[in-house]
Amino acid sequence: MAPADAPARLATQRLTALFDRTVAVREISLLFPANTVTAIIGPSGCGKSTFLRCLNRMHELSEGGWITGRVLLDDVDVYGGTVDPVAVRRRIGMVFQRPTPFPTMSIHDNVAAGLRVNGRLPGAAVTTAVERALRQAALWDEVHDRLNSSALALSGGQQQRLCIARALAPQPEVLLLDEPTGSLDPAGTQRIEELCHDLKRRYTIVIVTHNLQQAARVSDYTAFFYLGKLVEVGRTAELFTRPAREETEAYLTGRFG
Amino acid sequence: MSARAIRRRILSAAMTGLVGVLCAAAVLPLVLIFADLLHKGATSIDWNFFVRTPVPIGQSGGGVAHAIVGSAIIVGTACLIGLPIGIGAGIYLAEYGTGRLGWTVRFVADVLNGTPSIVIGILAWTWFVRPVGHFSALAASVALAMLMVPMVARTTEEMVRLVPHSLREAALALGYPRWRTSLQVVVRTAVAGIVTGALVAVARIAGETAPLLFTALGNLNFSLSLGHPMQALPLQIFTYATGPFEEWHRLAWASALVLMALVLLLAMAARWATRQRYGTR
Repeated sequence: MAPADAPARLATQRLTALFDRTVAVREISLLFPANTVTAIIGPSGCGKSTFLRCLNRMHELSEGGWITGRVLLDDVDVYGGTVDPVAVRRRIGMVFQRPTPFPTMSIHDNVAAGLRVNGRLPGAAVTTAVERALRQAALWDEVHDRLNSSALALSGGQQQRLCIARALAPQPEVLLLDEPTGSLDPAGTQRIEELCHDLKRRYTIVIVTHNLQQAARVSDYTAFFYLGKLVEVGRTAELFTRPAREETEAYLTGRFG
Repeated sequence: MSARAIRRRILSAAMTGLVGVLCAAAVLPLVLIFADLLHKGATSIDWNFFVRTPVPIGQSGGGVAHAIVGSAIIVGTACLIGLPIGIGAGIYLAEYGTGRLGWTVRFVADVLNGTPSIVIGILAWTWFVRPVGHFSALAASVALAMLMVPMVARTTEEMVRLVPHSLREAALALGYPRWRTSLQVVVRTAVAGIVTGALVAVARIAGETAPLLFTALGNLNFSLSLGHPMQALPLQIFTYATGPFEEWHRLAWASALVLMALVLLLAMAARWATRQRYGTR
């Protein structure tokens, strides 16, 4: 059922996520091939975000959050006993639904934040990396002449691209996007979607979205979650045109969710 | 205009007027106090008032330099002791204080917040004055620090809690270790609020009199020694206002004006500290 025509970058094996004794996501096995965009769709509360947060070990920071099963990044279990969760989060970047620029930092310092936390870098290297990240996030042209002003001065869409630049600056291998356009207007949404196409040349992207059209537009593979379970996964074009399961078709045609 | 629209307008005007009056009533005491202090104290303030110590009754040209310096030393030392403990406790409570220990610390801080300052003064006397055998400025600083800690801890906690959870998550997702997330993102975002809380606490304790009666005691002479009795502005006001001499009453008014002005300056500093760092929004 899982796509297997490109080398896997990230994979889950029977991943179950819990809050104390409540199961939020049940036994999900998925492959995320390198240099692809995988969309996770499903109605609210189906466990999409929780699943995403398991991939970079953010779920365990939620109150009562724990998992069973495995998450493999280049065949190494990120939940292995010797793995430092902080190191995992540096390799797997994440962007949230609402823009979260650090309000005390300038635009430049926001992008540099993830670099600096990785250790001391010479100033010139930071400058280069900040410009590269801002260019990748398609924000450089708009902010290059005011890198030292507050990140809060940017519009919502710009703030979200700033957060993407901030996630890209430390050069992660995987990018997790948790409804990245959920609080943006159509123009901002379009910019982010275009970005997904450009970024998959360098990164493996997993995007959670409420917006079916968005999933259809940006992703190579789509996984449909329902009630904490993986119902179906496949090439996006196929899943949208010929869903194998009845629940998928019902959801896609707007009969629930 | 319909009757309903007219009724709305009248009601709106009446309510606006009412809140205006209430607002004035809230501000009035401060204005009255300041006006009265200016009226009765300003004329006694001259250069000598700030640079000289008291002169014998009957002579003129005495000042309260020893009390101003004394207040600065006592309050400054209290800050050195109280602020690190208070701010540290506040950060702990906000970031890690979910368990039983956090609950206990919070409860103790609230009780301590409600403890009359004279009780703290007596406590400081029992611990730091009686065993040593004489009054001291340090004992006063400790008493004031004990008053500061719960205030500062609770305001710091509230300010740190105000930082959105999403900001913390963003830092953690970026590979910040927990402690760096706390200090470099969460506390840094809350720092303006923490500074305000600290300055408000300083302003509060600067005017405390009761704890000083049992600890610093007061001193007619200039003293810089933490180990000995020291004069402070509130003590100076207390002594002079309750004394029998007209000259003393004048100086009491003037001292009260200076103390009030210092507190006002601190409040303004607090405002200045909380202004937006970047001129946006």
